[in-house]
Amino acid sequence: MENGKKRTLEVRWHGRGGQGAKSASAILAEVLFEEGKHVQAFPEYGAERQGAPMRAYNRVSDTPIRRRCSVENPNIVVIVDPTMVVSSNPCEGCMSDAVYVVNTPEDARALRTRMNLSADAKVLVVDATKITLEELGQNRPNAPLLGALSHLFTDVSAETFADHFTRKMKQLPAPVLEANRRAILRGREEAVLA
Amino acid sequence: MSKPKCWQDVPPATIAWGASALDVETGLWRSMRPVLDENKCISCLKCWLQCPDSSIKTNEEGRVCGINMFFCKGCGVCAQVCPVNAISMHQEADFTNEKREHGEDPGKVADHVK
Amino acid sequence: MLNKRKEMTSGNLAFAEAMRQVNPDVVAAYPITPSTEIPVKFAEFVANGLVDSEYVAVESEHSAITACVGASVSGARVMTASSANGVALMHEIFPIAAAFRAPIVFGLVNRSLGAPVNIHCDHSDSMPERDSGWIQIYCEDAQEVYDSVLLAVRLAEHDDVLTPVFVCQDGFITSHCYEPVELLSDESVKKFVGERKAKYPLLDVDNPVSYGSFTMSEYYFEIKRTQIEGMNNVPRVYKELTKELAEYTGREYPALDAYRAEDAEYLIVVMSSATGVVKDVVDEMRERGVKAGCLRVRFFRPFPAEELKKLADGKKGVAVLDRSASIGGTAPLAAEVKSALYGLSERVPLQEYLFGLGGRDLYPRDAEKVFSGLMENDYSDTARYIGLLEKDEENGGN
Repeated sequence: MENGKKRTLEVRWHGRGGQGAKSASAILAEVLFEEGKHVQAFPEYGAERQGAPMRAYNRVSDTPIRRRCSVENPNIVVIVDPTMVVSSNPCEGCMSDAVYVVNTPEDARALRTRMNLSADAKVLVVDATKITLEELGQNRPNAPLLGALSHLFTDVSAETFADHFTRKMKQLPAPVLEANRRAILRGREEAVLA
Repeated sequence: MSKPKCWQDVPPATIAWGASALDVETGLWRSMRPVLDENKCISCLKCWLQCPDSSIKTNEEGRVCGINMFFCKGCGVCAQVCPVNAISMHQEADFTNEKREHGEDPGKVADHVK
Repeated sequence: MLNKRKEMTSGNLAFAEAMRQVNPDVVAAYPITPSTEIPVKFAEFVANGLVDSEYVAVESEHSAITACVGASVSGARVMTASSANGVALMHEIFPIAAAFRAPIVFGLVNRSLGAPVNIHCDHSDSMPERDSGWIQIYCEDAQEVYDSVLLAVRLAEHDDVLTPVFVCQDGFITSHCYEPVELLSDESVKKFVGERKAKYPLLDVDNPVSYGSFTMSEYYFEIKRTQIEGMNNVPRVYKELTKELAEYTGREYPALDAYRAEDAEYLIVVMSSATGVVKDVVDEMRERGVKAGCLRVRFFRPFPAEELKKLADGKKGVAVLDRSASIGGTAPLAAEVKSALYGLSERVPLQEYLFGLGGRDLYPRDAEKVFSGLMENDYSDTARYIGLLEKDEENGGN
């Protein structure tokens, strides 16, 4: 493993254009940046249209990040759209002990089997769609996924994640901010590891 | 205007200074010359309006009083548009023996230019 | 106090933010991926009254640059942005802008030229403009983009330069990558860029001028020589400006970014964002005892030939990585490097590489392979390709 990568955590997001994977990766980067981390968040598009499969990436490090190439061996993979669990080829290039954070109503262990994961890999499942439909009235899986991710970035407090929207998007009405906050916290609480 | 002798002396940025057109005697390009018959002219100003070189002279009363030979290129549009045939076109060569009056004068254009 | 702030932003948005703070008089722009965000964000600023700029929404890139030139020679401070075939569409106006000494600052977000249509990064859009008479600056990251916009405004408008500037950044890789960027306060930027004092503005009706009259052979050459003089003054002027900006930012960007290059034995010469990977590999190789180094060319025009020649002198091997091809000839960066090294009394072995066309990434393993090639004295007279899918001639298959 190269020096540059030992200190750098790499995340890959799988989603469809318009679903918010790019925004979600940007939000994650912002949260970690505010905690003093060096970060990158960048999208990778195929065709420029809604619904086309796309990927987004993060790099997180305690030291400045210079490389800007695509992430080939992510430590964390986030799957934003449950229909893409197998079709988006999420395991491509992953580290053997990668963690897959998946928005799905499916049971965590069943998903593990379906994805054919290696023994070291883990799956963190959260039904972000259901949570946001209930809390926000819309399918916007970002917030609960962010909550689930807070388990993986243990040197950042859960409150930092939870309060991100409230701090960043002051222009939104209070009930919306509160709903987002609840969605994040529910994502954190309802995530199941397998 | 003296011509630049080296690159250091060319005007910057491809510019030509204001009103430098006044120094260019486009009248030298003429091969046909318009001649105005002032008796026929009714000062309708159609020639003045159409002249591409602003070379129809008018006096203080706004009446046509001649053609500026410094600039007139002899295009013949004035003769074409004149409703009373007051302007006729003639070979420029016919006028070579004509005495020039101290050279032609570009006229009082762009007086405000310093 | 300087009142700087550090924010998560992208290359595009950092450019747009710099534009907002510069508050140019006129922006005429047409959107194209991946520079779209620049005019879109700026149009937002205009709509929300955050700038005083006149925004001219035109119907094509050709109209955009034409409007920019007209505004610039009228005396306005002008900025715009484009990419790929949009830049190509502007091509015939670029030399006019340069000859008019119009100090336009242009956000060129590098994207491959079609055909085929590809929205990703390579340098095939900016390289065809290397003869246009414009200054070309290539930025590695969003911070450099932001700082370079401020420098570009002053550089372009300097009396000894008076040349338009392309501030280039890699499409998607830099333009869309969110990362922390330190921004100056509005007051600091205002103070640094000052006001434009145009020399022969069309709007000065008391001193009227015409731009771009017909010129016979007797003066065309001389006029071009004056442009060359402006470009020749860039290194000196830029050194002063970058020192001045460093008082605000604490950062200086040399025309040639030499990374562990002085005592290196093997060098990779590269531009823009791909440099990050090369620098990481240089560090790794240094830890293994290999004297590797990297030269990042930041100013492609004017090309820092002298500095490059000095640093390449005596090296055991140099590799040049071009992110665009000059089909039928030597790729642009390689051509400049070879030309710069021509005067060396002892030839330095050089390997040309083509990489990254259409957005194909340069990975650490690719840079390692390049260094290995130099170390093993493995050279070919023709350019090699990095990451190209090729039929394996020897084994009759892929």
